[in-house]
Amino acid sequence: MTSLPTTPPKKKLGLVIDLDICVGCHACAVNCKEWNTGGHSAPLTDIDPYGADPTGVWFNRIHSFEVENEETGGRTVHFPKSCLHCEDAPCVTVCPTGASYKREEDGIVLVNADHCIGCKLCSWACPYGAREYDEDAGVMKKCTLCVDKIYNPNLPEESRVPACVSTCPAGARSFGDLGDPDSDVSKLVAKRSGYDLMPEQECKPTNKYLPPRPKKLGNDGPPPELAPVADSSAGVIARWVDKFLSA
Amino acid sequence: MHPAKSVIFFTTASGAGYGLLALLIAGNVLGVVPAHFWLAFIGYAVSYVLITGGLLSSTFHLGHPERAWRALTQWRSSWLSREGVMAILTFIPTGLYALHQLFFPDMMQGIMGLVGILGVIFCIVTVYCTAMIYASLKPIHAWSNNYVPAGYLLLALMSGLLLLNVLLALWGTTETSLQLATLLVLGIAFAWKITYWRFLDSSKSISTPESATGLGEFGAVKLFEAPHTEANYLMKEMGFKIARKHSAKLRLITLLAGFVAPILLILISLFFGTVGTGVLLTLAILSAAIGLVTERWLFFAEARHTVGLYYGASHA
Repeated sequence: MTSLPTTPPKKKLGLVIDLDICVGCHACAVNCKEWNTGGHSAPLTDIDPYGADPTGVWFNRIHSFEVENEETGGRTVHFPKSCLHCEDAPCVTVCPTGASYKREEDGIVLVNADHCIGCKLCSWACPYGAREYDEDAGVMKKCTLCVDKIYNPNLPEESRVPACVSTCPAGARSFGDLGDPDSDVSKLVAKRSGYDLMPEQECKPTNKYLPPRPKKLGNDGPPPELAPVADSSAGVIARWVDKFLSA
Repeated sequence: MHPAKSVIFFTTASGAGYGLLALLIAGNVLGVVPAHFWLAFIGYAVSYVLITGGLLSSTFHLGHPERAWRALTQWRSSWLSREGVMAILTFIPTGLYALHQLFFPDMMQGIMGLVGILGVIFCIVTVYCTAMIYASLKPIHAWSNNYVPAGYLLLALMSGLLLLNVLLALWGTTETSLQLATLLVLGIAFAWKITYWRFLDSSKSISTPESATGLGEFGAVKLFEAPHTEANYLMKEMGFKIARKHSAKLRLITLLAGFVAPILLILISLFFGTVGTGVLLTLAILSAAIGLVTERWLFFAEARHTVGLYYGASHA
């Protein structure tokens, strides 16, 4: 059924991505590919992988943006993006077959590959570009939030998080229940003013992004450590050398 | 957006088919179109060939055409599903009316009149559903507006009228009032297309690179590095772009072939005898076909999707 759940899901599982921490190493995308090519939506087909024009299915892609500001200077922000598991997911309601659905128990948006006709309309309806068409299988695929990992009783408790979260070497990604205001992720979002991507598209994304922290270095000149040391606070030898050289 | 040939053929052909079908039925119910057996027979045949051909072609771009029947199940939420359901339902009243008109014109005239009117309404609703598949997609600024359903309905009516003119001319019974009505609809469609392009050129999506990344408070956002070195599915499907100079030329072709030439040809045909009129009206529909296919191609090629904002587009 491609209508959204009538009662809002009790749990809203999702990711919190800290743009202040992300270093743009793409490890999350690689481990996502690694896990999911054997998981719920396997395989994540690659076409012409070693040729001149390789293309393939990835659930997570890391963009890098340049933010320009004359006053505070420019900065580079690494920006991982995967499915945001929206509350009002337009990719679900446009699906003509019922293949696309949002789970009532935890809000995860999934595709039933046995019912998908590959019309691609869901990929047109998603403003974020979270859906990936598998040309080889003729069906649409997408981030499953590692539904086959987070509930897997064969894995140790601490491994039951999405592959992108468990592999992030910098700790830029957190996973949890964003429907529970007392969860660690919800507290993190509240503390760091986490925000939605394109709120004007009215999809109510579950995943949240944490903004980069203000930079210490603006255009106020070099930091004190790099300033010349010829003043009275410098040591005796430094002052003597300065005097000698200035002569 | 990537302009898929099968979808362009589907929307233009089925639009013309539903236009002609609705006009044939309405014309017969109101008694305006001459009740000639072969005229009606060929007319209904052409309508159903265009409609069925369009519907079949729309399944060609599917990854799994054999599962297409599943698309009839989600009419509660999906315009694509509604379109499929309505397309099939429309065969019932229109088919019954066609059989009635062709083979049993004296039977149950009152009820069949109502069935015919129902058929006309179903034709209109089906074309509306096709348009709403596009008009309901919020991330695509060029589609998510009221110009789109108005245009689909208008162009279906226009191509139906052009086809009906040719059919009548083939049977040597040109109707001046029908030709005048066609001229009027061509004029309205021409004005609609220009208004739509004005809207498209003077407005853009509410989403920006700043809102897409949420980094607007830090400054102007520009793509520094794309996720991958090669193009991916999203860029090929949603990032399809057409150069402005080509789009200007194609817009001109749309206006000239789609509207201006048919208007001139019909105007000239008003002063000709039957044979000359037939030739001119046939030229009018051929020219309009070129114009409408170009129009539909541009409808896709000029539409920008918000996903482009993540791949370096400055606006959507």
